[in-house]
Amino acid sequence: MEMVRMKNVYKTYPNGVGAIYDLNLVIEKGEFVFIIGGSGSGKSTLIKMLYREEKPSRGEIILGGVTVNKLRNSKVYKLRRKIGVVFQDYKLLPKLTVYENVAFALEVTGADSKTIRKRVIDVLTKVGLRHKANTYPDKLSGGEQQRVAIARAIVNDPKILICDEPTGNLDATISMEIMKCLVDINKELGTTVLMVTHDIDIVKSMKKRVLLLKEGRLVKDYPEGKFKNETI
Amino acid sequence: MKLFRAFFRSIRDAFKSVVRNFSLSLASISCITITLIIIASAILISFNVKNFTTEIENDVTIVVFLDYDVVEEDRINFENEIKKLDNIDSYTFKSKSEVTQEMIDEYDTFGEILSSWEENENPLKDTYNIKVLDVNKIGETASLIKKIDRVSLVQYGEGLVEQLLQVFGAVQNITIIAAVSLILVTVFLIINTIKLTIFSRKREISIMRLVGASNSRIKFPFVIEGIILGIIGSIIPIVFTIWGYGSLYTHFGGQLFSPIIKLVKPMPFAMYTSAILLITGVIVGMIGSARAVRRYIKI
Repeated sequence: MEMVRMKNVYKTYPNGVGAIYDLNLVIEKGEFVFIIGGSGSGKSTLIKMLYREEKPSRGEIILGGVTVNKLRNSKVYKLRRKIGVVFQDYKLLPKLTVYENVAFALEVTGADSKTIRKRVIDVLTKVGLRHKANTYPDKLSGGEQQRVAIARAIVNDPKILICDEPTGNLDATISMEIMKCLVDINKELGTTVLMVTHDIDIVKSMKKRVLLLKEGRLVKDYPEGKFKNETI
Repeated sequence: MKLFRAFFRSIRDAFKSVVRNFSLSLASISCITITLIIIASAILISFNVKNFTTEIENDVTIVVFLDYDVVEEDRINFENEIKKLDNIDSYTFKSKSEVTQEMIDEYDTFGEILSSWEENENPLKDTYNIKVLDVNKIGETASLIKKIDRVSLVQYGEGLVEQLLQVFGAVQNITIIAAVSLILVTVFLIINTIKLTIFSRKREISIMRLVGASNSRIKFPFVIEGIILGIIGSIIPIVFTIWGYGSLYTHFGGQLFSPIIKLVKPMPFAMYTSAILLITGVIVGMIGSARAVRRYIKI
């Protein structure tokens, strides 16, 4: 089953930075895919278009059956509930506790309190932060904050998890912990994981499908386990 | 059911946000408090000015002196004529002996002279005190009265009354303009302060969008928060109005400097003013946050 399909997608900016040219791409359900590329190669733009932070200038993007490029701004939230997004800077709400941060993603869907409590405790246990439920984000380490962000991203049981440089602010050991967490989610829940990174070491060690972007074009698509090395 | 949940969660979130963003809330609340006190003062002053000027205007009376030798019949005729005029509010008759008595009571020297006269020697005239409905037309009315039979003299303080009316009109207009412009300026100020505090939460709003909150789900708690800030911010101004104005009124005994300048009674005036303050606080808080959030949620 197709999770993501991008067809002849173009994205042009007035200054030309981070643009995308004629991108065609299919990602199957349950895949774990890395997107790599240098600065300004368009990798961030690519995933921003997936969660509809940006709109393609041309072309079609279908994610989990939703035609993303046709989605109106006021309906974007419906798409966001189907996908989980994790960022380099965690993007946690600073005035909410860990528990509340994770619960918020469920509350906005209108779920009942009992379900919310159960789900939130479940995912916090999964990322190993059950004991930090009542802590505020600024009292957590970077790795812990990122795990909260992952917990929040998967609490809705999304079909796809989009990660924008999730290990960008973390050291190698913590990065591997985060990667393990993501792989577990991919394996156990069957969630499709799409991860943008420029950390070649991580990509090499994971042996997953790798998409290489250069100057806004998809130049290589390594199937699982075939990625050797690449200078970006 | 979902709607109910969203509603209650929004209210809960709003309270949470007021408490957890305490310093920002305090900034908005103190801004609302200070400006509402200014608005309260403007309302209290302008209504009091309006009150005492109308009071004085209402005291303006036309005094009509009838001819010296009028009889009962002439008086009835005069009263009938008066009733035909449309600017007449009320009239009272004072016979010459009543006038005499009044003058005796008022000044001792008059008393000595007047008491020496016999009833049929009384040089004074029968008079009518007439109150008009519209003071601005007092001149016209006076000249109409003058044309009535057996009227000897009509007086209403010509010249002085017109000047007084002009001054009062100007004073009323100035206080109203001052009050309205103060209200507008302060409303603008509050809206901006709230906007600024929400501006610092731009990131928060973008995160809410990212995790799938609909626009209304983002906006509603902010609007409620604005209302809460408005309500808290109007507490001190309301106390200021009800208690402050009340004690001012008792302190001055209901008048300022002289019995001419009467203050408006605190009840229910202070209550109405408080209601205006509360409503202003709530609406302004609401508009401020609604407008600020609108900027950051993509529509």
